[in-house]
Amino acid sequence: MHEMSLAENLLQIFETSAVTQNFRHVRIVVLEIGKLSAVEPDAMRFCFDIVMRGTLAEDAVLDIIETPGAGCCRNCGAVFAMDALYGLCPVCDSPHLQITAGRLMRVKDLSVE
Amino acid sequence: MCAICGCSGTLIAKKRPARGEGALTFRLPQTSKSDDPEQVDKVQLRVIQVERDLLAKNNDYADINRQNLRERGIFALNLVSSPGSGKTSLLVKTIVALNGELPLAVIEGDQQTEHDAERIRVAGAKAVQINTGRGCHLDAQRVGQAMAQLDLQHDSLLLIENVGNLVCPAGFDLGEAHKVVILSVTEGEDKPLKYPDMFCAADLMLLNKCDLLPYLDFDADLAIEYAQRVNPKLQVIRISAKSGEGMSAWLAWLKAGCATASDA
Repeated sequence: MHEMSLAENLLQIFETSAVTQNFRHVRIVVLEIGKLSAVEPDAMRFCFDIVMRGTLAEDAVLDIIETPGAGCCRNCGAVFAMDALYGLCPVCDSPHLQITAGRLMRVKDLSVE
Repeated sequence: MCAICGCSGTLIAKKRPARGEGALTFRLPQTSKSDDPEQVDKVQLRVIQVERDLLAKNNDYADINRQNLRERGIFALNLVSSPGSGKTSLLVKTIVALNGELPLAVIEGDQQTEHDAERIRVAGAKAVQINTGRGCHLDAQRVGQAMAQLDLQHDSLLLIENVGNLVCPAGFDLGEAHKVVILSVTEGEDKPLKYPDMFCAADLMLLNKCDLLPYLDFDADLAIEYAQRVNPKLQVIRISAKSGEGMSAWLAWLKAGCATASDA
């Protein structure tokens, strides 16, 4: 359940931004979560609701955008979509793949007042 | 009803505003008893771009730890595995086998108790226990605090035993040179396929408890094939903390890493 500590990190980001950007409440949170990032969106929603209770983001709406995974082959250079952390190159069957997208977990934007 | 999550608030804007655009309007869930729509709070929301990684704070602390370790020539390893793979026994045997040849210290991570740190101290090494409480992994900030308590020597070895958990510690950089994953032969061969994050993040796998292989149906070659399918660059040492098999290869790997860290 590392989603719990990620939600706590998220709260710290809100608290820091509230001071620098001068707001009192967070109403909508847009997160980008890569499909290869080991974060389960449902677990994140569950932990978000618990962690945000009694804070500046209580009852905030959590909008999770799942971003797709992608990779390239270190052997032949082919570029392709990936839905797991490992696999074989669809062109040359090499297992030597480099993940190029889908591991990010970040706060994109906040709607605040 | 709100269009996003079904809460009782009302999101007035139908779609997310483009980058840099102005405000959304969000009508809060009704708190008064009145059903009069005019009584409903209506507020103007401001959209701010944050674009910050959820792990940014941990990564910042990890960078500080890494810098601190590099300056002192310390070779740090983050040992990760499921609970019960034999991490602590392996550490105890490693400390005894090194017999003071390399100065070393240990950071122990567990949810509760000082048991593991006490085992390490009995084996003759300095150790600090971190109790993560409800936390399921070590984070770089707490490891940095533990490093300060340990008064680490220059050109030494730092072994960080993470919380027994094959999922969460994969994403949390502690500032280590390598993650070392321990898989024991009493687990399933297909664990690397089931929990690929950790095998993807590690540079070395220790296949532990190999002394038990004659009594089990575990296919060691298949387990290694699966692990290297997930991570083709993963090095593997077959080892037994109990019989001592593979210990010389593991100690040689540690000494080579220490020499590199000390020269860097």
